[in-house]
Amino acid sequence: MTPQPPPGDSALSIPRLLDWLDHRTGYRRLLRLALVESIPGGAKWRYVWGSTLTFAIVVQFITGIALWAAYSPNAQGAWESVYYIENVMAGGWMLRGIHHYMAHATMVLLVLHLMQVVVAGAYKAPREVNFWFGVALLHLVLGLLLTGYLLPWDQKGYWATKVTTSIASITPLIGPALQEVLVGGPDYGHLTLTRFFALHAGILPGALIALIAAHVYLFRRHGVTTGGLRAQMDGSGPGDAVEGEEGGDPDAAPTRVSTGQFWPDQALRDAVACLAVMAAVLYLVIRSGGAPLGAPADASEPFAAARPEWYFMFLFQWLKYFPAGTEIIGALVIPGVVVTLVALMPFAGKWRLGHRFNLGFTGAVLAGIGLLTLQAYIQDGADPDFVAAHEAAEADAARAAELAAGPDGIPPTGALTLLRNDPLTQGPRLFAERCASCHSYDGHDGLGGELAEAPTAADLAGFASREWLAGLLDPDRVATPEYFGGTAFARGRMVRMVQSRLAGLDDAGRADLAKVVKALSAEAALPHQAEADEAERAEIAEGAELLSAEGIGCTECHEWRGTVERSLGPVLTGFGSREWLEAFIRDASHPRFYGERNDRMPAFGPDEILSEVEIGLLVGWLRGGGVGGHSVTAEGLELVRHAAQP
Amino acid sequence: MNRKRQVADEPLVVEEGSAEPGSAPRRGFLAGIGAVAAAGLALVAPLWSGVRVALDPLGRSSGEADLIPVAKLAAIPDDGIPHKFRVVTDRVDAWNTHRQLPVGAVYLRRSGDSVEALNVVCPHAGCFVNVAADRSRFVCPCHKSSFDLSGAVNDPASPSPRDMDTLDVEIRGDDVWVRFQNFLPGRAEKEPVA
Ligand code: FES
Repeated sequence: MTPQPPPGDSALSIPRLLDWLDHRTGYRRLLRLALVESIPGGAKWRYVWGSTLTFAIVVQFITGIALWAAYSPNAQGAWESVYYIENVMAGGWMLRGIHHYMAHATMVLLVLHLMQVVVAGAYKAPREVNFWFGVALLHLVLGLLLTGYLLPWDQKGYWATKVTTSIASITPLIGPALQEVLVGGPDYGHLTLTRFFALHAGILPGALIALIAAHVYLFRRHGVTTGGLRAQMDGSGPGDAVEGEEGGDPDAAPTRVSTGQFWPDQALRDAVACLAVMAAVLYLVIRSGGAPLGAPADASEPFAAARPEWYFMFLFQWLKYFPAGTEIIGALVIPGVVVTLVALMPFAGKWRLGHRFNLGFTGAVLAGIGLLTLQAYIQDGADPDFVAAHEAAEADAARAAELAAGPDGIPPTGALTLLRNDPLTQGPRLFAERCASCHSYDGHDGLGGELAEAPTAADLAGFASREWLAGLLDPDRVATPEYFGGTAFARGRMVRMVQSRLAGLDDAGRADLAKVVKALSAEAALPHQAEADEAERAEIAEGAELLSAEGIGCTECHEWRGTVERSLGPVLTGFGSREWLEAFIRDASHPRFYGERNDRMPAFGPDEILSEVEIGLLVGWLRGGGVGGHSVTAEGLELVRHAAQP
Repeated sequence: MNRKRQVADEPLVVEEGSAEPGSAPRRGFLAGIGAVAAAGLALVAPLWSGVRVALDPLGRSSGEADLIPVAKLAAIPDDGIPHKFRVVTDRVDAWNTHRQLPVGAVYLRRSGDSVEALNVVCPHAGCFVNVAADRSRFVCPCHKSSFDLSGAVNDPASPSPRDMDTLDVEIRGDDVWVRFQNFLPGRAEKEPVA
């Protein structure tokens, strides 16, 4: 695009270039129309809200398109790509963080904008249509927030969105079809994501641009609302390419008292306000280090912390008050009536007390929403089950991220595979479902829940560790419910031996016993005890000899390194090792363990109560380590412990 | 470049000429109809195919739900308390076929040799129902619907419009087979999701 120099003048200069451009495009007129706007009463800070809202939406477009360039909407790739953006890509955490918190800011700004419009009476003639555009914009933004919540495909978004699509399905007549079209089939899957993504990144933003264009155009046509003492409607967004043609509009003229200009007085205020919004959002982003990402979505995994974001909490709470059969009233009818009443405000406003009515109505609705929101958070905060579920969700999320960052990375089958094969994730769950009817784990059911009944078998937290074994061989503890108290062995030979023979040990004997404990525990080769085992090899070797020493005499009943006098109890060679423990869980009635003296411990292997994989996962967790040779980091262990705390 | 511009400008002039007052209004009207009709016709195929694809899921039925082996009988403690089991089966998800994927979960409750199965999904709005800590009832973590251990609503304030969804169970040898199905939420009758 080189300019054609006019004949007789070959000099090129910027003004000439701009002249040329203006001649070809008429951009100056456009710019003038965009920027030259008189503002009655002069530029004001309270006119900035509309501009900040436009700014927030522009930020969402910028960050949204950048996210789009890295996001993959499919059931085995959505969480994974979001994880990748958040944790691996340079600047990804900030990009997601801005998109996340600016969405919240948009919601706040929208409500402020709406309140201002209502208070100023800016919905009245001739601005009715623009008010309706505004109401429609509010719905588009809500739609964007809703669809965006599912896209990371984490447990939180997945279960919260299930509630939303369930509500869609109760719409009269078209409900089930609507749900199926939205979800893309009978179940959530690939197509749910592709559809929500098309809505979130295509359909809704497209409609948003069109409506904002129309909204700003109509606003420029009517000018700001000057309402006497009342607060006034806000200023427009600067430089939207859409406005312009109707700059010298006839019906705008009467409302204009030319006392101020948009450019540059109001523009400066608007820009400063936008900067302030951005600063607030950045503060939130940096404080939280990005945007939250839960554990990957799993239809087979309970998620008791399913909650929408704060701006939809009131609806969530609201639904609690509609018992069977009345859900449709709460979910569709009443919200529909409220929105209709809002849309009718311009007409209600004509009535003598109409404006007051509108003010009161808006105030009441907002107060109700505020109250419901508050109530939702108060109820959740006071519900120990929710608090525990919330903490467990956070622990799962951290664990998923840790596994994804692990040496094996994320397989093509998705991050769920990692969690499903992770002993630290699955172990406690299997324990709670399959073991906790008899055993406890540190006094709870493995997941931190209370036990339904008093445990009848040993507490398995730290099984085969030095501490656990020291307790087992402690005359005061062996017969408590922590060990054999609840079992048929409570009055058995083992308990008698500990309570009589070991109780009688002198100081030297007790020192020997401590070495025996170390030797036995070393058999388990527990990952978290590896350092101590390595450091105290000499003592462990000594302890191994002392197992058969007089006064201790384990080998009278237990086989140890091939020797035993009369095998009555479990073999101690390899005690607590992965192989030993797996075999024990498979079948405790095997002669290697309790034989026919076994007391109620099911044959998990032969009876297929647990699969081989499940036994491996359970054992991996009980031993505090990973499956397949990976030991789990101390940090990971900490997470699980944290998740397990009541 | 200049020539090009001129060429582009010219038809504009011609068009303005044709619309000038004096030419037959009838002709203008017909031309208008023609323009709208032609443009509309040009959009039929893209719109039709777009809508077709958007509505494609409606035509696809997942068919009758099959019985799926979910657990060994011995794995369900005979204690009258519901125990949670994952349902693992093959699943077609649009363009992928997954072998042995966990697709949901059920509560199995055994008394003697009979087993009852409940879908874990809340009939209110689809959350995953939990067994309460004291194991005396089910409670939904979302809007607090409450069900007794057989799955029946046991608190009139519950938002759930129906009892938890029972599933067909068959015991074949040591195996417990369940006809795993999801049902439409939010209505009093149990209607399977197509
Ligand atoms: S989803 Fe269970 S009570 Fe609402």
